[in-house]
Amino acid sequence: MDLTLFIWRQKGQQDKGRLDQYTARHISPDMSFLEMLDTVNEGLIAEGREPVAFDHDCREGICGMCSQVINGIPHGPQEKTTVCQLHMRHFRDGDTIYIEPWRAKAFPVIRDLIVDRSSLDRIIQSGGYASVHTGGVPDANAVLVPKQDVDIAMDAAECIGCGACVAACPNGAAMLFTAAKVTHLAMLPQGRVEAARRVCVMTEAMLREGFGNCSNHYECQAICPKGIKVSFIAKLNREYLKTFMGSPGCSTGE
Amino acid sequence: MTDRTTLEKLYAGRNKDKDVTLIKNMVGRKIVMSTTGLALVSFVCIHLLGNISLFSGPDGINTYAKMLHSLGPFLWVVRLIMAAALALHMVFGILLTLENRSSRSQKYAVNKHLSATVAGKYMIWTGLLIALYLGYHLLHFTVQVIMPEFSAGRNLDALGRPDVFSMVVHSFQHTVVSVVYVTAMAAVGLHLSHGLQSMIQTLGLNNERTQPIMVKIGAAAALVLFLGYVAIPAGIVSRMVGR
Repeated sequence: MDLTLFIWRQKGQQDKGRLDQYTARHISPDMSFLEMLDTVNEGLIAEGREPVAFDHDCREGICGMCSQVINGIPHGPQEKTTVCQLHMRHFRDGDTIYIEPWRAKAFPVIRDLIVDRSSLDRIIQSGGYASVHTGGVPDANAVLVPKQDVDIAMDAAECIGCGACVAACPNGAAMLFTAAKVTHLAMLPQGRVEAARRVCVMTEAMLREGFGNCSNHYECQAICPKGIKVSFIAKLNREYLKTFMGSPGCSTGE
Repeated sequence: MTDRTTLEKLYAGRNKDKDVTLIKNMVGRKIVMSTTGLALVSFVCIHLLGNISLFSGPDGINTYAKMLHSLGPFLWVVRLIMAAALALHMVFGILLTLENRSSRSQKYAVNKHLSATVAGKYMIWTGLLIALYLGYHLLHFTVQVIMPEFSAGRNLDALGRPDVFSMVVHSFQHTVVSVVYVTAMAAVGLHLSHGLQSMIQTLGLNNERTQPIMVKIGAAAALVLFLGYVAIPAGIVSRMVGR
């Protein structure tokens, strides 16, 4: 199949950037979207032109590196699928495809389709962990956790931190990402200990990083490649309310 | 032993950071929006229940209005709470919208929304429209400086009460007044169809199973409120109410 591509090209953070038109020829429907871009890049290199820079790592849908908005939808048209797992059979011969990077102030473009997502790392660093004492490995099943709680925690832990929720959010909010981590840890006894502090510092970190505010459009849930639910945001809100009502509340000292 | 007043005790138990977190924390701000919204929508419900008394004729709404005014200071307490809730809701709403708009410096060339609704996307505009209408509505029916010839304060009914019934009926018999009213109520309906479910989500009053149901209930409740309010001018224009 032959495709017309409009790809965002941007040399660096300072560059204004623009959409350039390319033609992808002889694309197999069995190719993944990234393989299609590889083919385009091979052609560009052969012509002595600069290849399109894009992020990728595992190419099996679990690393969260691929970050492309395809025809206005982060990770493309296929539900619960990352760009690397999106196959060309979902497109038709002669299609025009627009490829853009995640767009958010908190995600500055490094080059072309690659954005800097370290703002998400800093949210995790602020409190998205459970402090543990190192030492001997604890006995298996020494801490019992109800099955239902484990299931919720595991569903929330599925987040791969790709940032598509931010890219899709009309407000550029990172609420789903933060909610997934807050829920994941709050559901488990090991994480419960620091739950009150965590919800405060992580939500404050979001603001510092320049993300927008969540206004419950649920675009994030609709495009999340891992099916993270907005019910986790409600859980985050409950965690925050619990801390806010309690003593000493949510300290903004950090 | 020093005697502390209740207020002092209350204050001693409070953490000053709590005031700050409501402004500086993203979830704190959401809670301000949702709780003030809850106060305002409670008013919208009670206001409708009261005004429906128009359908039982002059005696209904004039008795209701007299009862409201006999509340005296209590009425003013409610009015002040409503004004405070409205002010907070508006200030936060405008500031958050401006902030959200600046969170994306470069717009998408192609942007598709999969779940965001028209109501959700235009919250700020329906909100501003409601605020604008509210000003006019208060000047019309509360302060009674618009169309003063029908003012209830000046025209008393047979029992010597302010004739709210005639004021409302005569006003809505003007097509322009009714059209403006229905437009404003459409804005209220749209605003609430996103706002109600959003409030439930923000206050965490749902779970994975009930969340999509709450979205539908919110929209349905907004529609009921819209129809309820529109029934008033509809009843007057169709001569069901009035002479």
